[in-house]
Amino acid sequence: MALNDDYLDYPLRRHGYDHERFEWSMLSERPPITWPEGKTLAVWINVSLQFYPLNQRGEPFKVPNGMTMPYPDLRHFSLRDYGNRVGIYRVLKALAAHNIKPTFAINAQLAEQTPYLVERLKAHGGEFIAHGWNMDHLHYGGQPREEEAELVKRSVETLRRVTGQPVRGWLSPAKHQSFNTLDLLAENGIQYCADWVNDDMPYACHTQTNSLAMMPLATEIEDQFVMSQNLHSEDSWVTQVKDAFDFLLEESREQGGRLFALNLHPWLVGQPHRIACLEEVLAHISGHSEVWQAPAGEILDAFSAATEQA
Amino acid sequence: MTENLKACLKESLDVYDYWAYDQRPRIEWPGGAKVAFWVAPNIEYYELDPPQNPSRKPWPHPHPAVPGYSIRDYGNRVGHQRQMALLDKYGIRGSISLSTALCEHHPEIIQMCKERDWEFFSHGIYNTRYTYGLSEAQERMMIRDSMETIHRHTGQACAGYLAPALSHSEHTLDLFAEVGEELFGAKGGLYTCDLFHDDQPTPVRVRSGKRFISMPYSLEMNDTIVYAVNKVEPRQYSTMLKRHFDRLYLEGAESGTVMCIPTHNYQVSCPHRIKAFEEALEYITGHPDVWVATGREIADYYMTHYYDAALDSMTAQAVSAGREG
Repeated sequence: MALNDDYLDYPLRRHGYDHERFEWSMLSERPPITWPEGKTLAVWINVSLQFYPLNQRGEPFKVPNGMTMPYPDLRHFSLRDYGNRVGIYRVLKALAAHNIKPTFAINAQLAEQTPYLVERLKAHGGEFIAHGWNMDHLHYGGQPREEEAELVKRSVETLRRVTGQPVRGWLSPAKHQSFNTLDLLAENGIQYCADWVNDDMPYACHTQTNSLAMMPLATEIEDQFVMSQNLHSEDSWVTQVKDAFDFLLEESREQGGRLFALNLHPWLVGQPHRIACLEEVLAHISGHSEVWQAPAGEILDAFSAATEQA
Repeated sequence: MTENLKACLKESLDVYDYWAYDQRPRIEWPGGAKVAFWVAPNIEYYELDPPQNPSRKPWPHPHPAVPGYSIRDYGNRVGHQRQMALLDKYGIRGSISLSTALCEHHPEIIQMCKERDWEFFSHGIYNTRYTYGLSEAQERMMIRDSMETIHRHTGQACAGYLAPALSHSEHTLDLFAEVGEELFGAKGGLYTCDLFHDDQPTPVRVRSGKRFISMPYSLEMNDTIVYAVNKVEPRQYSTMLKRHFDRLYLEGAESGTVMCIPTHNYQVSCPHRIKAFEEALEYITGHPDVWVATGREIADYYMTHYYDAALDSMTAQAVSAGREG
């Protein structure tokens, strides 16, 4: 039996998008902007600190990099926990060596349970952004609005309390959202979201209340995407990150400011055999006079100031 | 699927006969070129919340599938201009495999391609609406809609088809050829990109008897297959493209071959991959005996010069194999 004819109805076939979250706009058509001090490439180094519970519910699906073995999956639980105990300290050392001001996306439950880690991150310096409750509390289509509202509120308030920072940014676990997520973020005073990877510059989104910016945090060059999902070698990851950086730097010289956003996971890149690759990447990124390295919130502020002037 | 339905499935679609690579009339491309080279950028629109199809889920996760949707949107917002600049640089006119709803969603992209005299061929309406489960009348209506949309927005008589998300029915090729003939006569509905059985164009039987061919499009060189399915490293893709070209160029001295690079702006145009793609384009177009063309140009040339000889050769081989024509 054939499908109903409405399978060939396209009510949202129109100019722009099939949704109203943001405006259709090609990057190359926007007025060029310059970052502070005349720099052309803004660099956002994001460090994701995550808690993968042993009793993973997997609702409505198992998060990538989570538990895969029958309970208790000690191997994946402890491999991920390694990042918060050991890997992060190697990563911090590497960041400090290049005077990087990082952005820490941290699961609120982890922040609450590891006060020493939070103090250490605060002492290092950098911006905290919310990263949901933990890696087994996903935001997803079909999730009851009240349930997600409580989750966002609890995550954001907990992180504000334990860090003492305003917490302006948000990265959803595994970058999954419901149709309500952006509205709920705005209701909780979140000013920018990192989930939508559709641009190499910030852009404005619509929500039911306040305005919200999207700060695309590239997935394609993430350590976990390249080495854990695609199973590419460490050396290939270094090449890919350098190629991406070099290309965006060149494009920023010719076409105006660009954002280079690199997301890191200490449980992966903080391993002894990988940390030198991160050091090589950071050395490459740091050696350019056109680069402005800053936490994500500062990059957004500079973007807002520059677009108001334009 | 019930046993009764399974019994109706065909063992082979039977739209072409066996035809050995080493027993064919010699092809020579314009200017004595050994390889006809074309680049087919897929410019696609995936919907954020498409309807479900009983045979295939449009997204792996509950909607909105932000990761999948947003990287594809990157292709349109950011990637397209980058690939277009590269193709301009190496003198290549793209042959676009088009989610034709993009004419409505993003006409700015269509305009830029029109200005460059690129070819537009149909890739359905959306890449999130599948052929599976459509009746013949419904599929015909969808194909017709896509071809009319291309004509309305570009003035082009659509020559080629790549079924949306490579979803087919048994009649996809027949319907495309028929609708092409109805709308544009001999100028429309000439080639399919849905068959991967050859490195040269080959005649394909459609029920109307229209002169119709398969155009080599290559899944093996398709960036999405390479990157997202086979998880290949970017620099290795460059190596693969060069090796693929080297062999077709070598064999093209005997009889002309076709090389296609099917691309997606959310794959090759990402900052960590574009350099590898450019290296391959520079290498390929740096060879003297390469005919840089579009899908339609290759199809037209083949139809004019080799189609009849190919049919004769195929018939002769079938007869000598003891089969009735």
